[in-house]
Amino acid sequence: MSPISAVNDFVVKFANVNGSGSASANELFAKSILRMGVPVSPRNIFPSNIQGLPTWYEVRVTEAGWLGRRGGVDLMVAMNPQTWDADIREIEPGGYLFYDSSKPLPASRFREDVHVIGMPLTEICNATYTDARQRQLFKNIMYVGALSVLLGIDREAVERLIAEQYRGKEKLLQPNLNALAMGCDYASTELDHPIGLRVARTDKVGDRIFVDGNSAAALGCVYGGATVCAWYPITPSSSLAEAFQRYCARLRVDAGSGQNRFAIIQAEDELASIGICVGAGWNGARSFTATSGPGISLMTEFIGLAYFAEIPLTIIDVQRGGPSTGMPTRTQQADVLACAYASHGDTKHVVLFPEDPHECFEHAAAALDLADRLQTPVFVLTDLDIGMNQRLCAPFRWEEGRRYDRGKVMTHEMLEAGTPFGRYQDVDGDGVPYRTYPGTHPSKGGYFTRGTTKNPNAVYSEAGPDYVYNVQRLLRKFETAKALVPQPVLRSSEHKARVGVIHYGSTGPAMEEAVAALEAAGIHLDTLRIRAFPFSDAVSDFIQGHDQIFVVEQNRDGQLRTLLVNELGIDPARLMPVLHYDGTPITARFITGEIAEQVRVMQIGPRRKDKVA
Amino acid sequence: MTYLAKPRLHHPTLPVNAVGFTRRDYEGKISTLCAGCGHDSISAAIIQACWEMNIEPHRVAKLSGIGCSSKTPDYFLGNSHGFNTVHGRMPSVLTGANLANRDLLYLGVSGDGDSASIGLGQFAHVMRRGVNMVYMLENNGVYGLTKGQFSATADEGSRSKRGVVNTDSPIDTVSLAMIMGATFVARGFSGDKRQLVPLVKAAIRHRGAAFIDVISPCVAFNNHGGSTKSYDYVREHNDAVNRIDFVESRAEITADYEVGAVVDVEQHDGTVLRLRKIDEMHDPTDKVAALNYIQEHQAKGEVVTGLLYLDPGAEDMHAHLGTVETPLNALAEDDLCPGVAMLEKINASLR
Repeated sequence: MSPISAVNDFVVKFANVNGSGSASANELFAKSILRMGVPVSPRNIFPSNIQGLPTWYEVRVTEAGWLGRRGGVDLMVAMNPQTWDADIREIEPGGYLFYDSSKPLPASRFREDVHVIGMPLTEICNATYTDARQRQLFKNIMYVGALSVLLGIDREAVERLIAEQYRGKEKLLQPNLNALAMGCDYASTELDHPIGLRVARTDKVGDRIFVDGNSAAALGCVYGGATVCAWYPITPSSSLAEAFQRYCARLRVDAGSGQNRFAIIQAEDELASIGICVGAGWNGARSFTATSGPGISLMTEFIGLAYFAEIPLTIIDVQRGGPSTGMPTRTQQADVLACAYASHGDTKHVVLFPEDPHECFEHAAAALDLADRLQTPVFVLTDLDIGMNQRLCAPFRWEEGRRYDRGKVMTHEMLEAGTPFGRYQDVDGDGVPYRTYPGTHPSKGGYFTRGTTKNPNAVYSEAGPDYVYNVQRLLRKFETAKALVPQPVLRSSEHKARVGVIHYGSTGPAMEEAVAALEAAGIHLDTLRIRAFPFSDAVSDFIQGHDQIFVVEQNRDGQLRTLLVNELGIDPARLMPVLHYDGTPITARFITGEIAEQVRVMQIGPRRKDKVA
Repeated sequence: MTYLAKPRLHHPTLPVNAVGFTRRDYEGKISTLCAGCGHDSISAAIIQACWEMNIEPHRVAKLSGIGCSSKTPDYFLGNSHGFNTVHGRMPSVLTGANLANRDLLYLGVSGDGDSASIGLGQFAHVMRRGVNMVYMLENNGVYGLTKGQFSATADEGSRSKRGVVNTDSPIDTVSLAMIMGATFVARGFSGDKRQLVPLVKAAIRHRGAAFIDVISPCVAFNNHGGSTKSYDYVREHNDAVNRIDFVESRAEITADYEVGAVVDVEQHDGTVLRLRKIDEMHDPTDKVAALNYIQEHQAKGEVVTGLLYLDPGAEDMHAHLGTVETPLNALAEDDLCPGVAMLEKINASLR
């Protein structure tokens, strides 16, 4: 079989052992390609483990800029004997296998249709280093060196990245450069190079940045003015709170006094972390928590109270596979309904769906504004795929002089001037009442906060009409939210399209690529990327404007589809689910296959109204 | 409870305190609790302490969980912001509120169901963090609003109104608070206001986690023979270890109890507590000795009351976190947003 030949368009997968130090070497590999102006999209596929279990790092090299997962592997860097057989099976016919040939393997362990490249990494390392840890760590750098020669990656780019990484730690710099050189030299002299897969310098990266969504959301919270963060460690959200800590230590410490303009509490559980956010929000500080599905479950009682008591706070849910003992290191979009309708009683919540780290930053800051404006909990629903993987995205932007929207807060001056105050009165007709911060005025504006047993002046009341007034006002407030939340992004086909696709969140990149493939196959479709709940009118217009709608999601039950049916009163038959939920990120190949097949079926026979896919 | 609404107008001759408020300004809505409920006496003690200490009512935030005791913040300090939160979760809400504005006085009101059962975890952790607050646990050993089930502070062997004998070990909230890191721990009795009011005042002056467990008999469900939380039982078994004579150095000394050795304890912020010892064996600044004392006396069926433990060098959560003096809720864009130029630098570092 002739070897695959491709320039700037292939997938490399590294199979490693967790805790072997491979992560930084693999990232170095991905970044060196970026530095050559070629977009990459890497993904960690890791176990719930610190040391010993298999872990993979998949790098899609894509000049076209398709940042979704492609599926399939063109070059496997097989460094983990435990997963050897499965790793070998995954290689595309005609693909390449790079492996540590220190220990001879029988021919039966290889594939005939795969081009094999052996390098005695362990042997070289054992001959060069005496320290066991060094042998392991430099093995990783060494294979990066060898790969750079095999794929034609600019060695200087790699060296510069190493220099940046070890700036200030010069003692570590030279040994790393030496290991890289050894890898390069071996490949240059002993291996056929370059291979059919090539990286060629181009300029397709532009001014984009390479960052993970958790860091981006944390930075958005810093820019958005969050001062209180309370959290409980849970994969895949922990690195968000840790990034907030890191950014605050750098950006929020008073230079004169050394004191902090932030407070971070690692709470005893999620009940306490949301409780702390509720208390801080009630008292006028911008607060947020970062969690994942199981944390949302624990928080739901408080979320209901915050909804009815109208307390601003932001909850960032980095979704994973459920339940508590589920797939903590795998990605899904399966908390949509749990968040949208979180808690007992009649509740529904504002939910934002960022697509990538750029939007994680924007939506985190927007959520803090929305929470204050609407006096309610606001969810930002990311997932492991964008949260814990570095993704190429548009640079962060902030408008010079942007002010925070603190919403309707009645001040001491307003109260002093005689402005009437009733905590739960709808004075403007938008359902949003005025609030006072505790401690504002000696004789005016004080009120008692509780759930639903109250009248518009916050006086205890169990009267039915008071309850109805209040929850009807909350519905008006939800209506107000429609125009304030990030609006959906419409992409119209150049041709008139009968078919529409609705998607959201991390599905974005795979969807874009699928659209290109489907259009190329003559299937024209418009897409609408939903960025928030409640749905704005543009969503119903889009659904009305198409004969058939596909709703692409990464969960089993079509949760957004349920929300669309329920909230907009759509005939379920018109919304066809396209669902990917095995814990791996959705691919363009999957979407293309599903939609192409459905469209074919639809065109063969007349559409039957009673049939739902 | 009484059904007569209180007149809003105050008599013009009512005395005002140093900040210009009458005692009536510290009252709240009419209590809806049962006549004779210990909790109402505690509310009255809070009212008296705040009035006498010249605390502006609006600078107090009162937070509670769920239960009879947690309803009481509506019945005092009517112009303070109050928050009736979630069952057992007042401590976390109070913690967050305190983080947002360190300048207010935080009064947490809870019950034994709220703090010792559903909320035991948050009770422990709020003490560990040294949240600057006065945490009042109105302890009656019984669930009142759900009609008389035992709570986790009910003593082993005590009998319910329906005749059931409790076989579970009680949770000793004062010892637990001390072990968890509370820096002011006291126990009072709702039937002894002369002891309780100075305890509340001292707790208010304490900077750190101040905890007062107040035995507060439930007249409806736990005030019968066989109960160890009844008025009669507590009066008979009350072992008061000390009396607080005054809280601030310039305050007037109003000793009106048994006279013993006088100890002055100066706290971190310069406040002086003058303690008049009743039991010479009890030293409130020695945590281990205080714990031993409590255990020994409780084993004899006594209800140990008074200021049980005080760490004069206590620091609070804000000191631990190193937060700025300005309340976090008063910081604005200039203090919080690193700006466009910094964002460009961050962008550059991510390429």
